[in-house]
Amino acid sequence: MTTLVFAEPHGDAVADATLATVTAAAALGGPVHVLTTAAGDAHAAIAGVEKVLVADDAAYANGLAENLAPLIAGLMAKDDTGYDAVLAPATTTGKNVLPRVAALLDVMQVSDIISVEGPKTFTRPIYAGNAIATVESSDPKLVITVRTTAFDKAEATGGSAGTETVSGPGDAGLSQFVKLDAVESERPELTSAGIVVSGGRALKDGETFEQYITPLADKLGAAIGASRAAVDAGYVPNDYQVGQTGKIVAPEVYIAIGISGAIQHLAGMKDSKVIVAINKDPDAPIFQVADIGLVADLFNAVPELVEKL
Amino acid sequence: MKILVPVKRVIDYNVKPRVKSDGSGVDLANVKMSMNPFDEIAVEEALRLKEAGKAEEVIAVSIGPAKAQETLRTALAMGADRAILVETDEAVEPLAVAKILKAIAADEEPGIVMLGKQAIDDDSNQTGQMLAALMERPQGTFASKVEIDGDGVSVTREVDGGLETVKLTLPAIVTTDLRLNEPRYASLPNIMKAKKKPLDTKTPADYGVDVAPRLTTTNVSEPPVRQAGEIVEDVDALVAKLKALGAI
Repeated sequence: MTTLVFAEPHGDAVADATLATVTAAAALGGPVHVLTTAAGDAHAAIAGVEKVLVADDAAYANGLAENLAPLIAGLMAKDDTGYDAVLAPATTTGKNVLPRVAALLDVMQVSDIISVEGPKTFTRPIYAGNAIATVESSDPKLVITVRTTAFDKAEATGGSAGTETVSGPGDAGLSQFVKLDAVESERPELTSAGIVVSGGRALKDGETFEQYITPLADKLGAAIGASRAAVDAGYVPNDYQVGQTGKIVAPEVYIAIGISGAIQHLAGMKDSKVIVAINKDPDAPIFQVADIGLVADLFNAVPELVEKL
Repeated sequence: MKILVPVKRVIDYNVKPRVKSDGSGVDLANVKMSMNPFDEIAVEEALRLKEAGKAEEVIAVSIGPAKAQETLRTALAMGADRAILVETDEAVEPLAVAKILKAIAADEEPGIVMLGKQAIDDDSNQTGQMLAALMERPQGTFASKVEIDGDGVSVTREVDGGLETVKLTLPAIVTTDLRLNEPRYASLPNIMKAKKKPLDTKTPADYGVDVAPRLTTTNVSEPPVRQAGEIVEDVDALVAKLKALGAI
């Protein structure tokens, strides 16, 4: 069997999420091809990739599922060169596009896998990670999204795949990309940062969040995250949210500040290597998963921590 | 324009799920069940569009056991006009749900199908996208803002890089994210009134849909338990411990 990876759009580079997905795809045992809408050469350098398909039609440039799904489903279904499986990282792009591909192929998608147990058997978290299900597909083709924190990244260099331009039906005429309001930041990206500093509702407002969380993140070269409560209250933008329905992170060090630790938040960070919690409530659930806990008022403890690090 | 709002009966989001010891699933006996929180947001958004004069009728639909009637009554008490229960005791996968919804949409011809981006039980995040594919219509997933705009709808989406806006032609499928709105509570008079609103009961067979699962769950287990570590006295001890662990 041959497996196709739908690469996460990432300008002229390769996203870490794509590298982890290549590792998951390789675990299925067959050759791995990568489909990308840009940066064919960069993807051809990924170790272990046999071939790169470049779909550079403008209709595919903005990640519109209405246009991409028929392209991918078409590549999958070809008689001679079709694919038995397609994988994409469980990013907002992958989650948007792949179920549409699955429905076109009349396949039930396996979402957010954390391991490959057999040719058609996978594990995946359900109930916000409070249970792990082992599922086996009976469909002739596999459509899978991958929880990228659960897989090692493939080497970004060392490969020498051939590239080929592919085309599909193009613009379906159903949807238009209008704009992306991107949050510009010099910081490491939340899902691939080595250290994440996250703030919760206890930070009071956006200004206080900035005043206390930013210096600590600066000192550690960390990405900044937040609990749902902090995002809902408008302290920080939506793309800071860590949790069941936000981003899933698994950094070397996760520092939770003023976060109580609702199960929905824990679902997004409990695979971090070292968890540090600072909270003034000794009964906060976050302490049940923290490796290092400090029961203290964050408004005193955080500035002191910045000074002593 | 009609708005069709599929809602799912799931474990209440405040309840900690317990895995059955025989590995067959999560124990739902005597557990509080509620409307999937994302679907509540979808009901609210549909009602707001109706109240703003952009839609005439809001139809709630649920696919599930007889008890999913309660979930539909909740939607009716919030303000939906009528409801359809597609009754089955099988666990219906997103693909089959999408096929049933497609058949209902063919009957009702809604301008928008508005549903939660994912259910908090299986966390699949598939149904809306699959429905859009089967209906060959556009999808605005993970919506944080929805504006009807002539013969189209403008949807602001919560994406990894920030907020993306797309313009979709109608009819369209919209899946809701957390920050789209804050759902209302149903008032007591509205709960009483909801009991008299029409609720049709159908079966998957009425729509000619085979709900046999494509995925077999062979085991459900507890996740690895993370051991609580150490509570330190002060910031100095915290820094020392971080260094000892090689974390910084």
